[in-house]
Amino acid sequence: MIQFQNVSFSYDSAQSVVENLSFTIGKGETVGLIGANGAGKSTIMKLLLGLIQGQGEITVDGLPLNKQNIPAIRQKIGFVLQDSDNQMFMPTVYEDMIFGPRNYGLSKEETERRVDDVLNRLGLSELKHRYNHKISGGEKRMAAIATILAMEPEMILMDEPSTALDPVNRRTVINTIRQLPQTKLIASHDLDMILDTCQRVILLSHGNIVADGDAEAILRDKALLEANRMELPFCLQGYPH
Amino acid sequence: MDKLSQAQSELREMDALAASDSPVHRLHPLCKLLVTVCYIVTVVSFPKYDFTGLVVMVLYPILLFQAADIPVSTCFYKLRVVLPLVCAVGLVNPFLDPTPWMQLGNLTVTGGVVSMVTLMMKGIFSLMASFLLIATTPMDSLCAALRKLHVPSILTTLLLLTYRYIGVMLEQVSVMTEAYKLRAPGQKGIHISAWGSFLGQLLLRSMDRAQELYDSMLLRGFQGEFFYADVPPCKASGIVYTLVCVLAFAVARLVPVTSLLGNLFVG
Repeated sequence: MIQFQNVSFSYDSAQSVVENLSFTIGKGETVGLIGANGAGKSTIMKLLLGLIQGQGEITVDGLPLNKQNIPAIRQKIGFVLQDSDNQMFMPTVYEDMIFGPRNYGLSKEETERRVDDVLNRLGLSELKHRYNHKISGGEKRMAAIATILAMEPEMILMDEPSTALDPVNRRTVINTIRQLPQTKLIASHDLDMILDTCQRVILLSHGNIVADGDAEAILRDKALLEANRMELPFCLQGYPH
Repeated sequence: MDKLSQAQSELREMDALAASDSPVHRLHPLCKLLVTVCYIVTVVSFPKYDFTGLVVMVLYPILLFQAADIPVSTCFYKLRVVLPLVCAVGLVNPFLDPTPWMQLGNLTVTGGVVSMVTLMMKGIFSLMASFLLIATTPMDSLCAALRKLHVPSILTTLLLLTYRYIGVMLEQVSVMTEAYKLRAPGQKGIHISAWGSFLGQLLLRSMDRAQELYDSMLLRGFQGEFFYADVPPCKASGIVYTLVCVLAFAVARLVPVTSLLGNLFVG
């Protein structure tokens, strides 16, 4: 379970990026974080991972986020970065996949089992020994998700998982997200993808929560979305889904 | 392909070269590292006029290039920027040491010329051996070998990440140069007036990118000690290779092999 209680953060004292945020994400929930550029979506993720420190209290599975608990919390949470190139820093997909598990002290055999299991599950076995610079953008995004799944996290955060993907790769990523049993927090501007994957949506504006509730109800509220510099998802605008 | 893309591609080619398979690639990285260090120390230790003694040391890189199935031309091509600099090191020697050293027909060869050639050979041989090591050993295996030699982890991590970040920086330069060129048609290179802001932007972008990469490592349990590739225990072949090479280098250094061969054939 993820809990934010009165969390605020600002890069400078002049303006808060997130202000007095409070919300709870239950185990197994898939929550979409939506909002215009600069609304605070990525900041919330960085706060949750302890990459930046704000005021207020953040707890993950009852563990308060502090210096002592950061390693344990990070072990519970997998983070899929927006830019897969920044996530895949080792030469091959395999080396990237073993990076996390081996750092957490898993044996070679257990790591190997996890890598093969994840690759088989995602249908990516042929990518195992491929060079990261030689695979396509879609394959790289899937491989980035695989590197996170190999750590067997209890929660997964995803920052814009469907950007810069062609329709087929986007659909593959969406289907993969839907199959993951973990608690998921997905930040995205792709409202169709959010509608496809999330049961709940948190709508942010200028670091504040404007709406928090059922995904379909919020994503069908044209006035609410437009007031917050967003549009209805294409599938609800009458375009074919 | 522009120069930057070529540099990126060459960096990747080196990774691919190191990941190929051959008897030399299969040798234990620690053995290869020790032999390379030993080779360079031996080469450098030859006296400055011992041109003939040094010649025999070329056998090591030549034989290993064959065994590793890497054309020697690849080595010289990849080192094309460094080689002239290495060769330039001894260029002043002929002027500093005009002592006649031998006579080739009517031509007097001075000690300066011989020491220049020796110095160039030392540089070229050392570069060839270093290239051979990098071309047959992935960087993380090399760092793992260094760790086995108790080199501090901060240094090996620095080495590994520097190697990784070269690619990241090249990518940034490539993107920025492309954006510049598209708005400066007909201009060759980047105008001097833009150098300052270009370098500043490059630094900021590289730092941002490096921070993201580092965050990604932290989030996957990185705690300062890089997890290196699994290096299997050293096999007998590795130990034999090391011993044979070290012995051969010692013989080449202590016994005037070329003179003996010369006497054998010439009498």
